[in-house]
Amino acid sequence: MLCERCQERPASVHVTRIINGDKTELYLCQECAREMQPQLDFSIPKFLAGLLDYDPGLEVKAPPAVERCRECGLSYEQFHQTGRLGCPDCYHYLASRLDPLIRRIQGSSQHRGKVPRRAGGNLRVRREIERLRAQLQQLVEQEEFEKAAQVRDRIRDLENRLGEQGGWQ
Amino acid sequence: MSLNLERNSKWMEGSGPQADIVISSRIRLARNLKGMPFPNLMNEAQEVKVIRQVGQAIRAPGVFQAVGELRLQTLRELSPVERQILVEKHLISPDLAEGKGEKAVVLRDDEAISIMVNEEDHLRLQCLLPALMLHEAWRLADAADDALENELDFAFDQERGYLTACPTNVGTGLRASTMLHLPALVLTKQAGQVLTALTKVGVAVRGLYGEGTEAHGNIFQISNQITLGRSEEEIINNLSAVTVRLADQEREARELLRKQNRWQLEDRVGRAYGVLTNARILTSQEALQLLSDVRLGVEMKILRGLDQRLINQLMVRIQPAYLQFTAGKEMTPFERDVRRAAMVRELLAG
Repeated sequence: MLCERCQERPASVHVTRIINGDKTELYLCQECAREMQPQLDFSIPKFLAGLLDYDPGLEVKAPPAVERCRECGLSYEQFHQTGRLGCPDCYHYLASRLDPLIRRIQGSSQHRGKVPRRAGGNLRVRREIERLRAQLQQLVEQEEFEKAAQVRDRIRDLENRLGEQGGWQ
Repeated sequence: MSLNLERNSKWMEGSGPQADIVISSRIRLARNLKGMPFPNLMNEAQEVKVIRQVGQAIRAPGVFQAVGELRLQTLRELSPVERQILVEKHLISPDLAEGKGEKAVVLRDDEAISIMVNEEDHLRLQCLLPALMLHEAWRLADAADDALENELDFAFDQERGYLTACPTNVGTGLRASTMLHLPALVLTKQAGQVLTALTKVGVAVRGLYGEGTEAHGNIFQISNQITLGRSEEEIINNLSAVTVRLADQEREARELLRKQNRWQLEDRVGRAYGVLTNARILTSQEALQLLSDVRLGVEMKILRGLDQRLINQLMVRIQPAYLQFTAGKEMTPFERDVRRAAMVRELLAG
């Protein structure tokens, strides 16, 4: 049997199409089947990706321009190839694409570990205030009001110190 | 040259908590300098600048007070064999030893502290101690890090923590790892299953020389996968707990072997000792396997009169670069196998 499309090569692919309930059967050669691929191909991942892109009520966003770090010039694509960033500022300039990746590989996006004395800015003080607030809560629950008052004063001191440093950065 | 390559490292001591299974504990902190590209994008002048800054920082009085004297050695001044010895002693990574460009290593005399300069990050501060001493290693690394931070401006972000060349290290920059000897889990064919389970609790498993290496001589390295969103203490507590659990599992397997296959076990240990004390040709692969059997014999008190310190020393001394260094010349693989056998005989004979 010859291919129904080109009528030249032998048919080796049997394709069944159902469009709006109308069933058509085609016997095609390899080449013609390949050429007709876009119509024939139904891929579940592509279908799902299409669903994810579909955002009712919002306009379709234009693809973003190539993002580069303004400090060292590294693009996200370059990072993608090597797995290495170019400089500390890449974290800032490539944040829109890097942060989701970091959340995916690290399961978190907020540092909870050590804060360096000099480079840590007021984060050390903020951490201390957080810790004291939890302590204050506990003391109030235990009706240890005298100690709670002391802790409250300490929190005020620290908050004033933050204020003097130019607030919450 | 101030380096003493033949010296034994602190981690080889072979004593401490869980020393019958845990060989060593390591803490590694990744740190980078502000306003400088990461090593993969640095030019030579920038590489030299980082080395100079680190060299100055380690001479600061505060650093000396915190952790004692540290010495910097540029890799350019070392021969390939000398660099390889540092890899064999677990003081630097193969990447630092082989990489192009200006690189350096900072060492403390007992080799418990080493800092790789211009590896993947500007600084990779490592503390390596024997047995299960992760908390002690962390305290040492933390003190060294504090003292260095007084001298160097580290790249730090309030949200993302310490910024690193690879986002898999961002946050704490901490990789805590332990090296374990797990022959009974391998012999009873449980190793694969047990180690696969570790990946589900955020622990990665590697071979003897770190990333991408095989587990020769039944020695495995386990380390934390996640560096962001948890405190250093949480990461270290978790890895310590997993290490203890793994050691318990290995101990159970050893007792099972002792109960069910006592003669086979003692025969295996005895034969390994026999070959090591009599062989005239030993490949490093064969030597590592036999040393694992002998180590098991020592750890289970089947073999007496030997200690783990000697086994740890042997494990390093049978490596190709170390052999060539002590021989004072380059050798063919066959010459090395002959020298390796002679060296093992001599050391085991005491």
